[in-house]
Amino acid sequence: MWKRVLGWWRHKQESEELDEELRAHLAIEAREWSAKGISPEEARLAARRLFGNQARIAEETRDVWRIVWLEQLWQDVRHGVRALRHIPGFTAIALLTLAIGIGANTAIFSVVNSVLIQPLHYPEAGQLVAVWQVAPGLPNFTGNLNCAPTMYFTYREQNRTFEKFGVWSTGRASITGVGDPEQLHVVFVTYGVLDALGVQPAVGRSFSEADDAPGTEETVILSDWYWHERFGGNASVVGSMLQVDSRPRRVIGVMPKNFEFPGNLPELFMPERLERSKLFLGNFSYTGLARLKPGVTLEQANADLARMIPIWVDSWPLPRGFNKAFFVNARLAPRIRALKEDVVGDIGQVLWVLMGTIGLVLLIACANVANLLLVRAGGRQQEFAIRAALGAGWGRIARELLFESLTLGVLGGAIGLGLAYASLRVFAASGPDTLPRMSEIGIDPLALVFALAVSLASGLLFGVIPVIKYVRPRIAAALGGGGRTLSQSRERHRARNTLVVVQVALALVLLVGSGLMIRTFHAMRNIAPGFTSPGAIQLLHISIPEGQVKEPDRVMRMQQEMANKLAAIPGVEVVSFAAAAPLEGFYSSNVVYAQDKAYTSGEIAPIRSFRFVSPGYLKSIGTPLIAGRDFSWTDLYDRRDVAVVSENMAREMWGDPATALGKQIREGVSEPWREVVGVAADVHSEGVHRDAPKTVYWPALMNNFRGNQVQVTRAGVFLVRTSRAGAESFLKEAREAIWSVDANLPVFQVQTVEDLNRQSMARTSFTLVMLAIAGGMALLLGLVGIYGVISYAVTQRRREIGIRMALGARPSELQRMIVCQGLILAGFGVAIGAGVAMGLSRLMKSLLFGVSPLDPLTYVAVAVILVMSAVLASYLPARRAAAVDPLDALRTE
Amino acid sequence: MSTTMSGKLELLQGTLDLLILRTLQWGPQHGHGIGQAIRARSDDLLQVEHGSLYPALHRLRREGWIESEWGITDNNQRAKFYRLTAAGKQQLTAEESRWKLFVKTVGRVLRSQE
Repeated sequence: MWKRVLGWWRHKQESEELDEELRAHLAIEAREWSAKGISPEEARLAARRLFGNQARIAEETRDVWRIVWLEQLWQDVRHGVRALRHIPGFTAIALLTLAIGIGANTAIFSVVNSVLIQPLHYPEAGQLVAVWQVAPGLPNFTGNLNCAPTMYFTYREQNRTFEKFGVWSTGRASITGVGDPEQLHVVFVTYGVLDALGVQPAVGRSFSEADDAPGTEETVILSDWYWHERFGGNASVVGSMLQVDSRPRRVIGVMPKNFEFPGNLPELFMPERLERSKLFLGNFSYTGLARLKPGVTLEQANADLARMIPIWVDSWPLPRGFNKAFFVNARLAPRIRALKEDVVGDIGQVLWVLMGTIGLVLLIACANVANLLLVRAGGRQQEFAIRAALGAGWGRIARELLFESLTLGVLGGAIGLGLAYASLRVFAASGPDTLPRMSEIGIDPLALVFALAVSLASGLLFGVIPVIKYVRPRIAAALGGGGRTLSQSRERHRARNTLVVVQVALALVLLVGSGLMIRTFHAMRNIAPGFTSPGAIQLLHISIPEGQVKEPDRVMRMQQEMANKLAAIPGVEVVSFAAAAPLEGFYSSNVVYAQDKAYTSGEIAPIRSFRFVSPGYLKSIGTPLIAGRDFSWTDLYDRRDVAVVSENMAREMWGDPATALGKQIREGVSEPWREVVGVAADVHSEGVHRDAPKTVYWPALMNNFRGNQVQVTRAGVFLVRTSRAGAESFLKEAREAIWSVDANLPVFQVQTVEDLNRQSMARTSFTLVMLAIAGGMALLLGLVGIYGVISYAVTQRRREIGIRMALGARPSELQRMIVCQGLILAGFGVAIGAGVAMGLSRLMKSLLFGVSPLDPLTYVAVAVILVMSAVLASYLPARRAAAVDPLDALRTE
Repeated sequence: MSTTMSGKLELLQGTLDLLILRTLQWGPQHGHGIGQAIRARSDDLLQVEHGSLYPALHRLRREGWIESEWGITDNNQRAKFYRLTAAGKQQLTAEESRWKLFVKTVGRVLRSQE
């Protein structure tokens, strides 16, 4: 290295000395001339003439020295920058185009990198797996099955492939005694979960096996941000007691800063206390998490789990009313997968589609810049030829051109990096919440490398095209015919035309993508969701813990009283209470048997979605009753055995809503039969893009349900239909109404059903917006491409146009001829693009709803838009051509 | 050797080195002086292009046959003077004998054709 620098230094010195020597030579010669009686000025000129090109001699002399390449490199770069500075208009357009293309790519890459490539920040995260089951034997059930509490014990004790294993679930808890009452997110973990993640608390200790054992002191670990927000990061909190759901718990630790539980951001971690003696098969509601032993593959782990499932079925008591055949017929099978897949979820699909889309935009941008460069290189052909004739090597000229392009690429990339940084800030604020680690997305070293690589690759891509096209020894042709040809040869136009066709084709692909998303969005918007004016349904969540009010009846009366107070607020139409509102993520579901159906032993009845509601629920969400009646308060307080079912369930089981009335249904054999008293219209309660689930509405207060003597809905939501929904003044009154009944009750998750609707469509609208931006950019760049090529062709053909006009061609004919040229290019582009789009749109099938990837309307509309735009883009230069004065055109040549 | 249209002779490839070394045999000289000397001794028939002279000088210097030094001309002007080294003298002798052999051989070939 030092030798190199030293060499370069010596080289520089020598070079300066050479210049000096040459100057000295000129001086001597000038003196000789003046001695012959010629004026000094003339003498110097003459000497110089005789001497020839001083710079060239210097360069040739320097060429003798070997290490010229380094200097030439620097020279090429400087030359490139200088050349670009001379043409600010061209440079600005090219740089802007590239900056947008590269910036968008870098931004999306940063997201993909942190979300898809490195989503988990745990030690040796590759060994972490989520433990799921599938149950192909369960009718109506296709998803993955969570773990049962009993599986925790069987799997932990019997496995041969897990280093650590535990199960967890999420919930909420209210904190009292420190400031205002508040409702917090809790992750309940068994022993083994935090250990599997490989993360220890930053302060205090982690959970031990003893913390899981019933009867020991109850404990809690805080998250770092909650610790800071609520306790100012005071370490003395560890060891103190906290009132959680009105019971004291000891704070034993604080998790480290930046610790993120997979897919959750809870304030508290609490032990999941499973009482072994009270457990039985079933209740698949815990998420299993394991760290595989080193070297164990997913296949081996799945095989291990497959071995343990029959052991599990054999070693636990059956739930009441079930027989073993049920569990055997369900055909449980293992489905262990990488934790990464769980965390990333289906957002991966969206991001890959986006990455591909943005890549296409960059290609279009490159095509545009290549086109600009082609035009420029075409204009410089004579310059190249003259330089070549003067002795510059073709290789040298090619290298200079390439360096100009690379400089352009790198400069564009640098600006693009700035754009990417800015857009990531916007993205972080507006992207879907489902993106894991959203807050951490930034430009990291890998993204920098990516940006540089993309910049260089683009520079090379669009730089190589003009080099191939123009830099080759055709001196005679260029010098002889330059600027005097009638019109440019076909062959020369071909490169530019090809680029435009490619641009139009890519633009079509992107526009088809955004068109399909628009159709999807429209289809989702147009579905009758089963509830009306979601923006007018205000949701307010409360939870009445057992520690606070024990008797179920009193809980229900409190809820009714709050509902009445809410209904008394001016502007409120109707109020109800339920375990969950439509579109809220948490559902309950189970099998439902009907009295008039015959079930063979071990046959599994279809699974239905459950809703626990108070009277007025259907009215408050705007769902009409098809037959029968709604619940009454008497139904609830007398704990009558009644139910309401959805129309699609009634039709499936009894063919007609009216005949469903009076039928008897129940969840399990130990429960009483409950009479269907009403049939409600279908509600798309799991998201408008999902089918309306077949639903049973149970009373919020009822007898004999799931082993409870009396079942009441303690945690739930008030649904308030009012035109004042969302207004701050209304929310204040609503909170006061609830607190007038119980001042210690946190009110949380205050939102409207419309908010939920927006969230459930977030992925679609996000994809739509991104694709629309990409499509718009592609369209714009494509138009600029067509416009550029047609205008240039018109300029080149001025003479020809002049002759045609002199021979009597009418301006309208000329216009048509030129517009046709643009149309032909666009037509080729559309045809090729349509073929490509048909192939590629299949990849985004899972993002679509209510529209086929080959939707003819979208394709036709996009093609029409593109062709119309092409006509417009070529009409402008065509009009200019028609305005050509024939005499003028012929004279200027 | 061929004659150009202007009646001047073009230098044969490789002969410039020999002429420079030979010129320096009479003592140190600067670039311009070397060019002038060659022209004068050839009765203006050989004119050394500056574009060839300086690259040749530097080539010879790199080979170690000549060395350079800044000095003052008779007219009190700064210039770089070149001087023959010991290796250069040997090289000159070798080149000279090779040139003579070359001329003799070419002459023989031409005579045999006459």
